[in-house]
Amino acid sequence: MLVSGLALALLWAPEDADQGPSQRIFYIHVPIALTAYACFGWGAWKALRLLWTGDARYDLESYTAVHLGTIFGTLTLVTGSIWAKTSWGVWWSWGERQLVLFLVLFLFYAAYFMLRFSLAEGPARARISAVYALFGVVLIPISFLAIRLAQNFIHPVVFTRDGPQMSGDMFFTFCVCLAGMLLLAGALYLNELAGKRLDLRLRELREALELR
Amino acid sequence: MIRARGLERRYGAKRVLRGLDLDVARGDFTVVTGSNGSGKTTLLRLVAGLAAPTGGELTVDVDRAHLGFVGHESLVYRELTAIENLVLYARLYRVPEARERIGMLLERFGLWDARNERASTYSRGMLQRLALCRALLHEPSLLLLDEPYSGLDAEGAELLDRELAERRTRATFLVATHDPERLASLATGALAL
Amino acid sequence: MTYARDVAALARKDLLLELRARETLPAMVLFVLSTLVAFRFALPGGGTERQTIGLLWVAILFTSLVGLTRAFVPEREQRVLDGLVLAPVDRSAIWFGKVTATLAFLVAAEVVALPAYALFFEGLTWETVAAVALADIGICAVGTILAAMAAAGRARELLFPLLFLPLSLPILVGGVGAGVGDDPARFLAFLGLYDAVFAILAWASFEYVVTE
Repeated sequence: MLVSGLALALLWAPEDADQGPSQRIFYIHVPIALTAYACFGWGAWKALRLLWTGDARYDLESYTAVHLGTIFGTLTLVTGSIWAKTSWGVWWSWGERQLVLFLVLFLFYAAYFMLRFSLAEGPARARISAVYALFGVVLIPISFLAIRLAQNFIHPVVFTRDGPQMSGDMFFTFCVCLAGMLLLAGALYLNELAGKRLDLRLRELREALELR
Repeated sequence: MIRARGLERRYGAKRVLRGLDLDVARGDFTVVTGSNGSGKTTLLRLVAGLAAPTGGELTVDVDRAHLGFVGHESLVYRELTAIENLVLYARLYRVPEARERIGMLLERFGLWDARNERASTYSRGMLQRLALCRALLHEPSLLLLDEPYSGLDAEGAELLDRELAERRTRATFLVATHDPERLASLATGALAL
Repeated sequence: MTYARDVAALARKDLLLELRARETLPAMVLFVLSTLVAFRFALPGGGTERQTIGLLWVAILFTSLVGLTRAFVPEREQRVLDGLVLAPVDRSAIWFGKVTATLAFLVAAEVVALPAYALFFEGLTWETVAAVALADIGICAVGTILAAMAAAGRARELLFPLLFLPLSLPILVGGVGAGVGDDPARFLAFLGLYDAVFAILAWASFEYVVTE
């Protein structure tokens, strides 16, 4: 029910846009990016809680958040690429700071899963994943700063993009989309978490039965 | 000194320790027996703090400075000599009069002549003796020994017997072994996994 | 201060081990020289300063990989890391000692690499040398904790580069920028920021990587 409600919000909102159709991607792309940041931040927060309290349930929460963040991050790259194509006719632009940042983050968080996969399940894996997630969330602003500094020699800025001076209408639409995206992320998060917890519980029960 | 209630440790899907209760009081000498894979090593690693429980509770009333551990591996650097290894550990454990203590232990375990040889040249038995020196260097009040006789020849085993008997009153012991009879005279309690 | 003496004892141990084994440092030196020569061949025209500076930094990063991949190898044999973790020392001292030693190896390799670069390519500005010095700290600080993470699992030699490279991208930006950009001071300051932030994070979180 929640998901369908969100879908409505997302479909209705772009109707509001009075810009050209290509600008509509903006309403999806930026909220997706912001949601990805939120997921990574949430994952890092849960990671901190894990390290602070040693309570194992935070591991699953942190992992789910990072997983979701990576999915949204990938979508950011995809939607960003589509936007670049519709706006400027190229599939990729190194001048696009957000895009480059997400490329770096994608590499970082992809390695998160490789790291997790190489470790046996247990308290060690939880802790190491948590520390890595903290590094990730610190990497976000540092990378952003680096990319800004490097603007001149990574890619001379050929395409200029006006930061959207948003009119009231556009801003409202944007906020609705952002809220909708965050809610969607929240719903997916709770859903995935519940699923994983169920898996775990099922495994524990199966084990308990086997031993009798 | 050690108190465990419902202690559990799982590795992935496999549960190695389940619902274990344990009490070891100061001055006890508890022998842990069990077949391979029964969790003896896991238990010792949990008590040492090298692993964390996945369920239940565990309290160990000893800080790291007073804890001695002998595991399946010697925990010494292969490319350093016996003396260099022990000097490093003496530094890390803040052992007073380190040189004297190191010399004494090496002598008692029959390693004095080989003290300047790298650990990589040591035989299995010599490595085990060196591991014992390392564990006893800081005069720990709690000793966790995981099959301490493994790899030792008859002479080494006798040296260890003597060492354990001598320290019996000065420390608390939790020893995992395949040969409980050997320690029967020293033991105050047993735990079968 | 006992903390400082612990760090010194641990660093001395690592230097002694390398002196005995003589594996890592010669490999790093040879590797960086071969890489620079390979880059010379890869740029038929000699390349512009912008390009060759970039290649120098790539060579440095990859040489660090060679050194850092082996960072915890001595501790893996005979499970010595357990021995260090059991000792009543601050676990961050283990990190600190290892960083100090690795830094020494990296600097030693660069003492060869930088003059070689100056010989093969264009000259070497002092800004680049300063950048290399700053970057070394960040490389070793981050690389050491990542090496410990990778060492905890399987496929550690494969995993370490995957973990290290995304986090090293800002260093690359800072280093190249300092050599090539118009305002090297900003890039040097950025490298300083990277060092400070990630060194503190690594120092504080190392404990959680080596304990359960």
